[in-house]
Amino acid sequence: MQKNAYFKGLTIPFLLLLPQLAITVVFFYWPASQAVWQSFLLEDAFGTSTEFVWFENYQLLFSDPGYLKAFINTVVFSTFVCVLSLSIALLLAVMADRQIRGAEIYKTLLIWPYAVAPAIAGVLWIFMFDPSLGMLARGLQSLGIPWNPRLEGSHAMLLVILAATWKQISYNFLFFLAGLQSIPKSVIEAAVIDGARPMRRFWTIVFPLLSPTTFFLLVVNIVYVFFDTFGIIDTVTGGGPSGATETLVYKVFSDGKGGSNLGGSAAQSVVLLVMVIALTAIQFRFIERKVSY
Amino acid sequence: MAQVTLNSVKKVYAGGVEAVKGVSFDIPDGGFCVLVGPSGCGKSTLLRMVAGLETISAGEVAIGSRVVNQVEPADRDIAMVFQNYALYPHMSVYENMAYGLRNRGTPKEEIEKRVKEAAKILAIEALLERRPRQLSGGQRQRVAMGRAIVRKPQVFLFDEPLSNLDAKLRVQMRVEIKKLQRSLGVTSIYVTHDQVEAMTLSDKLVVMNAGQVEQIGLPAEVYRKPASKFVATFIGSPPMNILPGAVDGHGIVALGDTIIEARDLREDLAAQTSVEVGLRPEDVEIASEGQAGSLPFDVEFIEELGATQLFHGKLGGQPFVMQAATGDVAAQEGRLWITVDPDKVHVFDPKTGTRLGKE
Repeated sequence: MQKNAYFKGLTIPFLLLLPQLAITVVFFYWPASQAVWQSFLLEDAFGTSTEFVWFENYQLLFSDPGYLKAFINTVVFSTFVCVLSLSIALLLAVMADRQIRGAEIYKTLLIWPYAVAPAIAGVLWIFMFDPSLGMLARGLQSLGIPWNPRLEGSHAMLLVILAATWKQISYNFLFFLAGLQSIPKSVIEAAVIDGARPMRRFWTIVFPLLSPTTFFLLVVNIVYVFFDTFGIIDTVTGGGPSGATETLVYKVFSDGKGGSNLGGSAAQSVVLLVMVIALTAIQFRFIERKVSY
Repeated sequence: MAQVTLNSVKKVYAGGVEAVKGVSFDIPDGGFCVLVGPSGCGKSTLLRMVAGLETISAGEVAIGSRVVNQVEPADRDIAMVFQNYALYPHMSVYENMAYGLRNRGTPKEEIEKRVKEAAKILAIEALLERRPRQLSGGQRQRVAMGRAIVRKPQVFLFDEPLSNLDAKLRVQMRVEIKKLQRSLGVTSIYVTHDQVEAMTLSDKLVVMNAGQVEQIGLPAEVYRKPASKFVATFIGSPPMNILPGAVDGHGIVALGDTIIEARDLREDLAAQTSVEVGLRPEDVEIASEGQAGSLPFDVEFIEELGATQLFHGKLGGQPFVMQAATGDVAAQEGRLWITVDPDKVHVFDPKTGTRLGKE
């Protein structure tokens, strides 16, 4: 049997692809190329004149200690958010996968946070952890735990990590649950008869069989923490206090919009683009091979 | 190795559905017991209760002298072969077979020895490094068997292990399972809906229907003296013909206008009691017209099976099938006269379906 249908000539395939190509070009390649072009330009504060400066924007960027700090922030932030949101979601999914009373309600409720917009999620967390108004913040203070994300950089970082994790758990949960349910029941039963206790069964059978799902989620989560957490950071801390929660994507925005340094900001987004491409390529190249069975 | 005893075992699901309604029998040490019945008869549920994958609602299951109702599946010393093989897809054949031993902390050398041994018995030595997805259905089946035998359990449980294989392979594996079970001498319980597998494999055949045991016995016994109309029509292929009749006196029944002898008929039945008469397609013989006890059989079409032929038609207005060796009967449509050996006439109660034979 012929596996792939094919067309003679190139006209029809090209026409069929055209809408998708047009969208990709207009919304991705064109802005990306603009960013690359802009990263070689120096613009004055009023936007009246531009000058081609070759790699000066990049040189300035890599010698900026603030940029290094944003890079470290990003590494800390993304590591914690990925690890926490993946592991908590997996734990919840394993629990939901068991036949428990009210499992449907439990699953539905767990999925809700995904429907909340990042900025709204951020506002929610501000209210809960606001040092003077927040219920949870007051609870912490009454227990004698110092808490002030407005002044303490580490508190602020913890807060955005928690908010970003909370937001992503539902998504990861859905995929883990689907992954768990696609494991044949008889395989688990065979392991039960083979004498594997629940913990051992999980690590030797369930977890390896989930690895394609885990890998997929890892890629999606990295893209999420690098880009989509912008809304949460912007509403919760605005990158502060004094840049403690400024991640790379947030710095692109604050330097470009707030600092009116369009050339520098464009250079940053090019660097970010290259980093994410590299990370994804590494994941596909080295990890995906190990997860297929 | 051990004998397995089931004592009034029941399974009631939440909502009150009774899947198994009190089943008792035992399997002697080294015996091969086949549970056979149509789908939904409770045979798989019963097997899963022996395995410990389903809780036992009432009654007792004992392996050896130990009641295992509250014992974890892992501690029952059983091994199970599943219908879809249930191999671990991310492990090699070797690891699949070694997994159960590793979980029990068997020393490495011992594991290797046992896996090699089992692989040799099953002729899968060349496949030990492969993954399940690289194997054919028959090879997967062997690996699943290998996983069971390396553990040297007291009881083997088979849950329709051959139903995913093609017809030819099924026959071959059936023979291998029987040989293997004989040489290992492990008590086995085998669930199937295929009456050929049931007849050929078992030395104790348990026919189940609607959560209850219909008959227990040697396969030949069950075939020769089915305890009920259900068993009579379930065991044997093509199935037994059932015709309406009536008692006509001691050891004789009337089928329409013809009177035939039935040696196995209860003596206390009054004349004119209506009964159902069972005749196996292969127990029918050709007679000549006017011979005593001969029945008119109108052949409508003939199925050619090679060694035998099936004659389909009507006997006294009822559908009837006759089997004959090819060449014994002229293969043509029209009227034939047939007789039946009085020892091979089965009589059943039309209401309850039970055999109306002598005690």
